[in-house]
Amino acid sequence: MPATDYNQEMAFFVDMQRCIGCHACEMACAECETNGQESMIHVNYVNRAESVQTTVQVCMHCEDPACANVCPADAIHKDDFGVVHSANTSRCIGCSNCVLACPFGVPKKMEEAELMMKCNMCYDRTSAGKKPMCATVCPSQALFYGTREEIERMRPDSVPVNSFKFGKQEVNTKVSIMMPKGTHQLIVE
Amino acid sequence: MNRLFRTLNKTALVKAAIAAVLVVIMVLIGSRNLQYFDPALIAYLIGTVFAVFGIAYRYSVWIQRPPTRLYWRRSMQFLFSRHFIPYFLRSIRLFFRNIMFQRFLAYRGRTRWIGHFLLATGCVLAFAITIPLTFGWIHFILKPGDDITYYTYVFGFEAGSFALGSTLAFIAFHGLVWCSVLVTAGVVIMMKRRLTNGGLIATQGFENDWLPLILLMAISLTGLGISYDYTFLGGKTYQFMAVTHAITVILFLVWLPFGKFFHIFQRLAQLGANLYKKEGSRRGMAVCPHTKKAFASQTHVDDLKKITRELDFDFSKEDGTSHLDLSPEGKRSALARAHFRARQESGHFFG
Repeated sequence: MPATDYNQEMAFFVDMQRCIGCHACEMACAECETNGQESMIHVNYVNRAESVQTTVQVCMHCEDPACANVCPADAIHKDDFGVVHSANTSRCIGCSNCVLACPFGVPKKMEEAELMMKCNMCYDRTSAGKKPMCATVCPSQALFYGTREEIERMRPDSVPVNSFKFGKQEVNTKVSIMMPKGTHQLIVE
Repeated sequence: MNRLFRTLNKTALVKAAIAAVLVVIMVLIGSRNLQYFDPALIAYLIGTVFAVFGIAYRYSVWIQRPPTRLYWRRSMQFLFSRHFIPYFLRSIRLFFRNIMFQRFLAYRGRTRWIGHFLLATGCVLAFAITIPLTFGWIHFILKPGDDITYYTYVFGFEAGSFALGSTLAFIAFHGLVWCSVLVTAGVVIMMKRRLTNGGLIATQGFENDWLPLILLMAISLTGLGISYDYTFLGGKTYQFMAVTHAITVILFLVWLPFGKFFHIFQRLAQLGANLYKKEGSRRGMAVCPHTKKAFASQTHVDDLKKITRELDFDFSKEDGTSHLDLSPEGKRSALARAHFRARQESGHFFG
């Protein structure tokens, strides 16, 4: 079995205001070998009636993942690197609890296959020290994978934030979102 | 050791003990007070009783988890409702489609399905043959004055006969050989996947992914070895073949409750999940306030609100609604809107 070479210095930074809705990430995501040619990333219009704004969503890899907690089959686990993996295929019973409980709306249920699938940050690549597929092709750097120093140099007026509030629930994540300087948490109302 | 006893789950322990005792009682009844029990199979019996105890214990602990408990209760509630007949028939149909034939795996990959089907069918048939034999539920005899007809007894009652040397006898006495061939073919297909699929290579582990395949292969090959020995070697290596086969099978039985094979028992929950979805949609769908589209049953959304609270997650908002009222797309849009507002308030969208 190949040795794992996960680079803990590298991190994922998302800035959905930079998303231009080109869907290049979707195409690239389907190339990730852990997905079996299914695209796991989400690109959708935020409110098509009012705006052309699109948003892009990868799995945020929560510190205490709601998806794993609500899974009745113990099919979702977080590894030592903080990566929350796609459902264990032998255990997943396709109940969709994770799909509905994820506060970021990430997991997908493959209906016929009775299986939940989601982004695992291209584990086949990141575990070998490479960047996730989506981040390598994003033309506007709405998706960026690199070191904290790199992103701070590139975005001097922004700060990576990995704390969110959904209702009364605070959620901390491995993946960060780029916010205006001085922000510590993104509150979703 | 003290910690082991302190952390034991009492409910599960009681249920597991009952299940193990029931097996022993069934052995005593089926073998007519051990009259027809084959002492050569005692190690297999002990392994099976341990496996039953372990599986019952783990299953019981498993269904005590809040989400699993809810699914279990709901499944029973929906099955034994006024819709019992259609739901029962639906469950039977899905049992054959998804449990016996694992049809859903075909949508995860055709070769994978074929490999898994061969593996699973080989194992199920092997269990169907070996468990009744090990428990003394079934035995064969020759009657005085007739040395060409074999009589089959089930639970001590005569259940049929066949001529020695007949095609039926050949098929029946080589039942485990056919099972070994199916399992071996399945293992080869699954091993090939694990050696060539980049995604699997990145995520697989030895204990959960390779060991089960190696163990099944070892059981099949040593089992075939017994047959090979008495067919072609005149029993010269019988002792070696029998002992190695017993070791691999007992390892399998002892490991059954702990490792990957436990999914065989967890998989049945898929039937409950299907029933839950069916009854949920009959009761009414939840409509996302953002997309204005139905996305799940209202029962499911309401149950999840309860489960998340039980698990110390509180997605409720000040206005009495919940973040969980939104569909996945609605949640992604809510996040993007919040991000947009934060950027707008700062006066800079980029940088």
